[in-house]
This record gives sequence, structure tokens and C-alpha cells, in this order.
Amino acid sequence: MSQVKMAISVKGLTKSYKKLPVLTGVDFEVRAGSIFALLGTNGAGKTTIVKILSTLLKPDSGTAIVNGFNVALQPAHVRESISLTGQFAAVDEILTGRENMIMIARLRHLQEPGLIADDLLERFGLKEAANRRASTYSGGMRRRLDIAMSLVGHSRLVFLDEPTTGLDPEGRIEVWNVIRELADSGITVFLTTQYLDEAEQLADSIAILHQGKIITTGTLAELKALFPPAQVEYIEKQPSLEDIFLAITGTKTM
Amino acid sequence: MQTVKTYFFPDMGVMLGRSLRHVSRSLDTIITVTIMPIAMMLLFVYVLGGAIHTGTDHYVDYLLPGILLIAIANSAGYVSYRLFTDVQRGIFERFNSMPIARSAALWGHVLTSLVSNAMSLVVIILVALLMGFRSPAGVLNWLAIAGILALFTMMLTWIAAIPGLSAKTVDGAGVIAYPIHFLPLISSAFVPTDTMPAAVRAFAEHQPVTPIVETIRALMFNQPVGKEIWVAMAWCVAITIWAYIFAMRVYNKRG
Ligand SMILES: Nc1ncnc2c1ncn2[C@@H]1O[C@H](COP(=O)(O)OP(=O)(O)OP(=O)(O)O)[C@@H](O)[C@H]1O
Ligand SMILES: [Mg+2]
Repeated sequence: MSQVKMAISVKGLTKSYKKLPVLTGVDFEVRAGSIFALLGTNGAGKTTIVKILSTLLKPDSGTAIVNGFNVALQPAHVRESISLTGQFAAVDEILTGRENMIMIARLRHLQEPGLIADDLLERFGLKEAANRRASTYSGGMRRRLDIAMSLVGHSRLVFLDEPTTGLDPEGRIEVWNVIRELADSGITVFLTTQYLDEAEQLADSIAILHQGKIITTGTLAELKALFPPAQVEYIEKQPSLEDIFLAITGTKTM
Repeated sequence: MQTVKTYFFPDMGVMLGRSLRHVSRSLDTIITVTIMPIAMMLLFVYVLGGAIHTGTDHYVDYLLPGILLIAIANSAGYVSYRLFTDVQRGIFERFNSMPIARSAALWGHVLTSLVSNAMSLVVIILVALLMGFRSPAGVLNWLAIAGILALFTMMLTWIAAIPGLSAKTVDGAGVIAYPIHFLPLISSAFVPTDTMPAAVRAFAEHQPVTPIVETIRALMFNQPVGKEIWVAMAWCVAITIWAYIFAMRVYNKRG
């Protein structure tokens, strides 16, 4: 056993959809209890990685170990130890917010599903709307319900695929707070995001997925060190993560 | 290696509760599945009945078995639709990333289809009773009728599950509804087959609905049941198993 426990370790992961290669050899590790952010442009394959790690999709090759279980060989064990909030809110619109929560608590075979539901609904500011059908919720409320549903139970690892896309600034900060709380209670958070500042705000370590591979991983400080030191010309400017990202992927020049 | 405990029946119970809520909260489903066949029954008995000669005094007696099958056929499209929305909304992905019995979600929909059909069939039979339908048959015959109707429902439900799980658009999901709707219409449900043109008659007599209708009619009126019913039942079972395997394969491939 290594000194640092890994919640996720991925080696040589590849995946193609028909002829389209999406992942061409992905390697990374996520420390247990940390917040890990996966960055990448649209279509980079972030969701594909999340689906593989949450047993929804089979990789073409490579291994992925989640909470000590091989996703290909022990999917049931993986499912028991994770929870997933997909990119698009997966709530049952015909049920009320509270019914959605209770359904998930029952499916996780927990005692007192009603109490669990009320508690989480309150935490996510959905108490007032609890008995309304989810179809009447705004996009942000739906997203919050979606995340709340994923937090039912005792998962050691939470996947959040672009959790703040479509939220207003207030909603974003709420979700950030929840993510920090999760990490404080020892839960590992795997986050994908388009927002570089989000990764900068939250993540203990960051990986950038580009053209099917992880092109860099590290802490924010390590990534910043990769960037040429700030130059004294007219004004001194620390590189933001955005600068680093753009410099590394070479998609755009300033 | 330790194994993960599965809870097939409790999980399926949750799924059943969920989709029964869906059924009871979508009024259009209830109307189409229950009111439409009742309206057809009224139309045929009171408007067209006088012109149709079936060899029975009470046309409603002749008509009821076919009406029951039409109600079941009408509900099949909704099974596709409900499964399709679950796929589209990512509900199945959520379920599949959780430690629940994998097929519980599908069986929940199938049981819902059985329960909701049972309820609408009871309502239709009550209306038929008001319209003068009377059956001398005993409990055993009615149990046999219930069994046949349940098997027919299972067959259509599993068939309807296939496009529901694999369709790319809502229209695609509903496509199976049309041929299924037509099956009871081109059978002996409304008129005896011997008045039909040869080609239509050949089809009507060799599709499963006709022997099923004939058998239910015979059971309702204590008449001898022909042996075609066993052939029809064998077909139903075979198609159900085939559709079940196919639907499961599509479902598992979805991830
Ligand atoms: N089921 C599928 N069939 C075919 N191609 C797919 C499928 N799912 C994803 N792709 C393709 O794979 C690539 C990666 O998709 P993926 O959803 O993983 O990207 P992403 O990084 O999550 O993007 P986004 O930021 O837009 O969510 C895209 O080019 C996409 O078109
Ligand atoms: Mg994505």
C-alpha cells in the first residue's frame, strides 16, 4: 500500500465512438479526500471519462480503479461507493422535489428516507418548493435538486459533471460551498468544469484533458510554475489559470 | 471476493410506485387508455350496432373482448413514451450508476403497465355491464380471461419497450403504437371474419388477436374453447420472451 490512498487511478484509458477516437491514453490519479478538477474544452471527453469511471460506459482499453475496485470487473462495488451528478439534470419531472429525494433514499436502502429528504432539501434551499413538481422548477433549482439527489447516502466519492453550468452567480457559490463541505467531511470530489476560475477556486489538483490525453496535472501552484515567470515589462501580471490553459493548449493567443 | 447485496424486489417496488405516479398524474394517458375504448364501445353498440350482424342478440357481448384488447393496445404506446423519457432525461443513467438491481427499472415499467391496464379494464367492464353486458361464466373462466389478458399485456409491453429504449426521437419511440393499434381492428373483434375479403380475412384469422378474442368470448359465455388458443398462447409467450431478451439487450447496451 502506498502512503497516500488513491480514490481513483486511471492508466492507459482509451475510448472511441465508432471511428471517432475520444480518449487516446488517459492517465491520472486522484487522492482520497481531495477535490480534483478535470478541465477541457467542449468535446474534449470529460463526460466520457466520468461515464467510464461511474460504470456507465466501458472503455476500449486501459484500467480504472475507483475506491479500490476495478470498474470493468467489479462495477457493483464501484456503484456502491460513488454517486454521480451527470452533466444534464436527471430529475423526475413528474414527481415533486421531495418525492425525487425519497425515491433515491429508498433505492439506496436507507432508513428514514423522509428525514434524509427534508434535511437535504433544506440545505439546498428547496424547502419551499419541496412539494411542487420538479417540472415547475427553474433550471437552477432543478440543478440543485439534481445535486441534492446525488448526495443521498454515504458515497465516498462524488462525481460532478459541470455542476455549475447554467447557475446564476449565487447558485454557483452555493454549489461551491457544498463542494467544500463535502471535501471537509472527507469525501473525494471529482469535478469537471469549463470554468477555469472554478477549478482555481476549489481544486486541490487539476488535470487538463486535450486531444484525448491528460496534458498536465498538478496543483494550481505547480501549473503556475509551468508558465513562464511573470515578465516585467510595463506591468507585472501573474498568470491566471486561463493564461496557462490557453498557453498549453495553444488554442488562442492573447 | 465479497459480493454486493441486491434488492431486486424492494427496488422494483420503488420503481413501480414511481411509474404508477406517472400514470395517475398524466390525465391524457388515462383518457386514451380508458375513455377511448369506452367511446368506441358506445359508438359501435348504439350507432353502428344495428347494422352489424354477428349472430348474437347483444352486440355488446360480442364486442367486449375486442374492446378490452384495444384498451391494452392503446396503452402500449405510453410504455414506449415513458421509457423514452427516462432515457432522454438521464434517469436510467442515474439509476445505473447506483447500486440497484439493474433490471428493476424496466420491470417497474412493465408492472405499471399491468396494473394500470387492469384498472382500466375493470372500468371498461363496469361500463359494459351498465350497457347490458351479462356473462354467465364462473370464477375459473374469468381467471383464465385475466391470465390471457395479462399475457397479451406483457407481450405488447415488452415489444413497446424496444423502440422506447432505442429511439432517437419521440416520434421514433411512438412508431410501434400504430401497427399495434391496428391489430385488434383487423380481427374478429367487431365483425366475424367470414364477411371480409379473402386477403384481409387470411390476415385476420392468422394473427394472434382473433383466436384470443374468440377464446375470451367463449370463456365469457361458457362455450367450448377451440384449440387455436394454444397456438395463439404459444405465439404470445414466444414473442414475449423474444421481445424481453431484445429489450434487455438494448437496455444493457445503453450503458
Ligand atoms: N454516444 C456518443 N456517440 C458518438 N459520439 C459521442 C457520443 N458521446 C460523445 N461523443 C463524442 O465524443 C466526444 C467527447 O464527448 P464528451 O461528451 O465526453 O465531451 P465533454 O468534454 O464532456 O464536452 P462538453 O464540455 O461539451 O460536455 C465529442 O466529440 C462527442 O461528440
Ligand atoms: Mg460533458
